Amino acid sequence: MCLGIPGQIIAISDAANMLATIDVCGVKRQVNVACVAIEPLDALVGKWALVHVGFAMSLLNEEEARQTLAALESMQALAHEVDDFTGLGHSDKEKA
Amino acid sequence: MQYVDEFRDPKYARLIIERINQTLEAIPESRKPLQVMEVCGGHTHTIFKFGIDQLLPDSIEFVHGPGCPVCVLPKSRLDECIAIAENPQVIFCTFGDAIRAPGSSGSLQDARARGADVRIVYSPLDALALAQQNPDREVVFFGLGFETTMPSTAMTLKQAKLNKIDNFSLFCQHITITPTLQCLLEPGDLRLDGFLMPGHVSMIIGSEPYQFIANQYGKPSVITGFEPLDILQALLMLVEQIAEQRCEVENQYKRIVQPQGNQQALIAMQEVFEAQQRSEWRGLGDIENSGIQLNKEYQAFDAEVKFCPEKSTAKDPAECRCGEVLTGRCKPTDCSIFATSCRPDNAIGALMVSSEGACAAYYQYRREEHQ
Repeated sequence: MCLGIPGQIIAISDAANMLATIDVCGVKRQVNVACVAIEPLDALVGKWALVHVGFAMSLLNEEEARQTLAALESMQALAHEVDDFTGLGHSDKEKA
Repeated sequence: MQYVDEFRDPKYARLIIERINQTLEAIPESRKPLQVMEVCGGHTHTIFKFGIDQLLPDSIEFVHGPGCPVCVLPKSRLDECIAIAENPQVIFCTFGDAIRAPGSSGSLQDARARGADVRIVYSPLDALALAQQNPDREVVFFGLGFETTMPSTAMTLKQAKLNKIDNFSLFCQHITITPTLQCLLEPGDLRLDGFLMPGHVSMIIGSEPYQFIANQYGKPSVITGFEPLDILQALLMLVEQIAEQRCEVENQYKRIVQPQGNQQALIAMQEVFEAQQRSEWRGLGDIENSGIQLNKEYQAFDAEVKFCPEKSTAKDPAECRCGEVLTGRCKPTDCSIFATSCRPDNAIGALMVSSEGACAAYYQYRREEHQ
């Protein structure tokens, strides 16, 4: 029920009614952007948003998404170092 | 799919699980197994779909919480909305999730089979468009859900009012999650060590409303996204809080959730809704301050004012243990009717209806283990 899907705003289709065209995996649909509206509305074009029941409910913070993934990357880098330190090649471990 | 696939990468899942295992070593055995409640039904679904519970050690147990609006929808409310749907003047619009939920005389789907004009819509705006296309009919939208869904209902009603679409109304079954969490935390036989908080409710309300969980009850919580890596990373954050004896409201889902929530959405909700003293939750009973109703300004759009359906006093079937499952007191498989008389194609309890319900998830993903 509370699920949402990320999509990219590609055009403002009806500014008076706060409608934008959003691309979710190549599928385009009209969504209402009243909950994420900024001035000017055209500045939304290119931004990513979380879509729920036909409404863009939150703009996706791309920098935060990168940081979350970077934290996971650094966890992997640390795992490699530990493996090197203990003499266990990471690739061997993956094969095992 | 961008911003989805990256958060499903199995190589990172393995690393996070290793880290969770290391962190668990610092927690005394006497505290284990840790009982972690995933509040949201969307999380329950991800946990089962990706087998996350099976990747984790026995020292962490999930308690599947009450955050699935279809699962906590009481039979009496369904009876009332079916009574409205059966009015020949009405086109009754609902999200697909709710159409199979059982009332006293069947579901909305059964009402449709009997001739009622019940339609599944993707968005409340689709229901509003139907009202404009059918000026000689009454279109009723079944507003169901937590704060995630409330702004879309509020925005739609504002549009209906502005454009004077008076053949459109709302059957309001919106509810709010924090009073229910407070109920679960009140002293009782339930032991919970921490919470994975619903990411999309938080995107609207922010993190502030959860502070009481840390301040009053001394429990850690983490606002969590919906992909498998989100859930694992949030679990790691939660286990770290427990190991370090901290209790805070942390935010794993920073790409979507801001601490202050979504102000535009909150303002729209305030314009349209007000708190109701209490609301009945299936399996949990009446919970103070958990209901939401239309305020005076929007009374004309209240389907219950418009159609005055007879109040139903229907109760859940006695054999159902939904309430105990929702509060972590038993597993779905402990219920005598699970997978026998209560199945997804013939749901008796509400937890078997929605794919986000714990019983439906067990039925779909774990049934073989229990046969």
